[in-house]
Amino acid sequence: MKRIDHAEASSRFIKAKDHIDFHDKRLWDLRKKRDRVSEQLPEWEELRSLASAIKEHALTHLGDYLEEFERNAIRNGAKVHWAKDAAEHNQIVFDIMSARNARTLVKAKSMLTDECDMRPFLENRGIDVMETDLGERIQQLDDEPPSHIVVPAVHKLRTDVARVFAQTIGTDPKNSDVHYLAESQRQHTRPYFLKADAGMTGANFAVAETGTVVVCTNEGNADLSVNLPKLYIASIGIEKIIPRVEDVGVFVRMLSRSALGSPITQLTSHFRAPREGTEMHIVLVDNGRSERLGMADFWYSLKCIRCGACMNTCPVYRRSGGLSYGATYSGPIGVIIDPTFNLRKYSSLPFASTLNGSCTSVCPVRINIHEQIYKWRQIIAERHQLPFVKQEAMRVAGKILGSPKLYRAAVETAGASLEHLPRFMMYTRLNAWGRQREVPAAPQSTFRQWYLKNRSKR
Amino acid sequence: MKAALFIPCYVDAVFPEVGVATLELLERFGVEVDYPLNQTCCGQPMANSGCHADAAAAEALFVKNFAGYDYIVGPSGSCVHHVREQLTAIPQTPETTKVRRSTYELVEFLHDVLEVDAFPWAEFPHTVGLHNGCASLRALRTAKMSEIDEPHFSKPLDLLTKVKGIKFVTPERPDECCGFGGTFSVFEEPVSAKMGYDKVNDHHKAGAEYIVSADMSCIMHQQGCAERLGLPIKFIHIAQILNGARA
Repeated sequence: MKRIDHAEASSRFIKAKDHIDFHDKRLWDLRKKRDRVSEQLPEWEELRSLASAIKEHALTHLGDYLEEFERNAIRNGAKVHWAKDAAEHNQIVFDIMSARNARTLVKAKSMLTDECDMRPFLENRGIDVMETDLGERIQQLDDEPPSHIVVPAVHKLRTDVARVFAQTIGTDPKNSDVHYLAESQRQHTRPYFLKADAGMTGANFAVAETGTVVVCTNEGNADLSVNLPKLYIASIGIEKIIPRVEDVGVFVRMLSRSALGSPITQLTSHFRAPREGTEMHIVLVDNGRSERLGMADFWYSLKCIRCGACMNTCPVYRRSGGLSYGATYSGPIGVIIDPTFNLRKYSSLPFASTLNGSCTSVCPVRINIHEQIYKWRQIIAERHQLPFVKQEAMRVAGKILGSPKLYRAAVETAGASLEHLPRFMMYTRLNAWGRQREVPAAPQSTFRQWYLKNRSKR
Repeated sequence: MKAALFIPCYVDAVFPEVGVATLELLERFGVEVDYPLNQTCCGQPMANSGCHADAAAAEALFVKNFAGYDYIVGPSGSCVHHVREQLTAIPQTPETTKVRRSTYELVEFLHDVLEVDAFPWAEFPHTVGLHNGCASLRALRTAKMSEIDEPHFSKPLDLLTKVKGIKFVTPERPDECCGFGGTFSVFEEPVSAKMGYDKVNDHHKAGAEYIVSADMSCIMHQQGCAERLGLPIKFIHIAQILNGARA
């Protein structure tokens, strides 16, 4: 499988100046709003610790809580399915639908179904799948994956949306008024809700003690998807389990504040049991999560509640866009999750970071994101997945910097001319430094030479 | 008091004047400064690239050069952070852990160890924007970070406000990373340069004549960006201002 070249993809993103400036500013605004609303809660840092502790507890007792969840969900009248991977998940969903002759599916936003590549699987088998979250729908109509886990079309300007809608749902191509576009999409979607055979959501939380599925949304589309059709399917990653219903309160206080800087999502729905005459199915999906749970350095990433705060604050993400990561999960959290799916394909992603640490400091469940990025780099180097130039540059640099003699030979021959700055110090990759930056002027002498002349008693 | 001077490789080779200012500044406070002549680098460039095995020789050499000192002081936050938190490619002998524990970034050393309360010789009649490198800010914790709601503190500002004539401006995003990031600067060149451009433009819009930092690597990158953009903004290391540089 081809390696993702994040640097190359980001350079294309950066070239579209109006897009990148909007993208950077829009997400930075979310980060600032997050600062403001979190500062209104004096107990914010305590909440982060509590949320982290609940998640760590749940993850270290995951088997027990999953079984408790299953028992309670069955008692509530739901049917529970277990999927070990994406293929099983997709097959289960298809089987549930085809057994009931269901041909149309309205679905709320779910990163898990993207992770499983469910939509093409179902569409190839004759099922009509409609994304009902506005951002997801825009991306579906444009045949692009979501670029952000909370705001899937954040990389698009409203003029881009006008173009997509004009080509697909017949809006006026010249009208990029936000209300006009949103209302057009709404009118376009409504009939699908009414005629859909099945509805689907993901889950923000799955509560073990009640067997309930908690979904936090802002558009009401999840509730329509669940409550109109006769069949409701919830796809849930096994790490979404939390022990008690009172734990929901901790996470709900943090989720939207971290994501969008708003105190709470418009809707926090607890789906417990099928309505009379309908069916509720829950698919619990592993797809690599158990394996991740066994990784001493990386299991903490399973605490993630998918708020996107790390993406909003990440200066690299804001300037490269989610699509440049070439994976379901982008930004800092993606960088530490994606290599667990395919180390070689995603081997460049842990290097798409300056290790500045801002992600770790905003994470509501205290995932040590930048430390995990650092660790992934070691694993990628150990498994010989570094690009050859970098591997060679580091081997040579390590050799020179490990020997006073070689080091001095390298730096002290530097003359006053720019070209003679030691190449290993500038980590030259086809002189990438100088493409958009000046190279510092070489000094007359090194510090050591100055010291020997001016201070040394030896 | 005796201290060993740790001059990172790129300061030695590219910015010797920052090494000189650091040395002179420590001497002004009566510190007896040793400069171990066989020093090269702390191992950070290799380790940050994941190449631990390639970092081992530099790390071992670092420990050998600086063993036996109670204070090791260097004018670079990210290098000091590497030594203190990430120098793990070699066995953690008592000697290694002592060297790691004893290594200080210059601002920390002046602020926390020497507890300096005045720089009578220092005067800098300019408007400056302060840049805290991410390792200094978020790892060594030399200042409040914007992500955490905590009481305001800033060790570099505590020192700089003791300089006569200096004025400060604050950019819109004071603690966003500038995009250097070591090898990131060349292997992720497009984003790195864009971040650098945004950073220097932000300081320029705020009215900074100078950008001052305790991290010369950030400065090297930002200066390269500002020069390419043709911005009339100058760069200086905090040691130079505290040592009495006027421009």
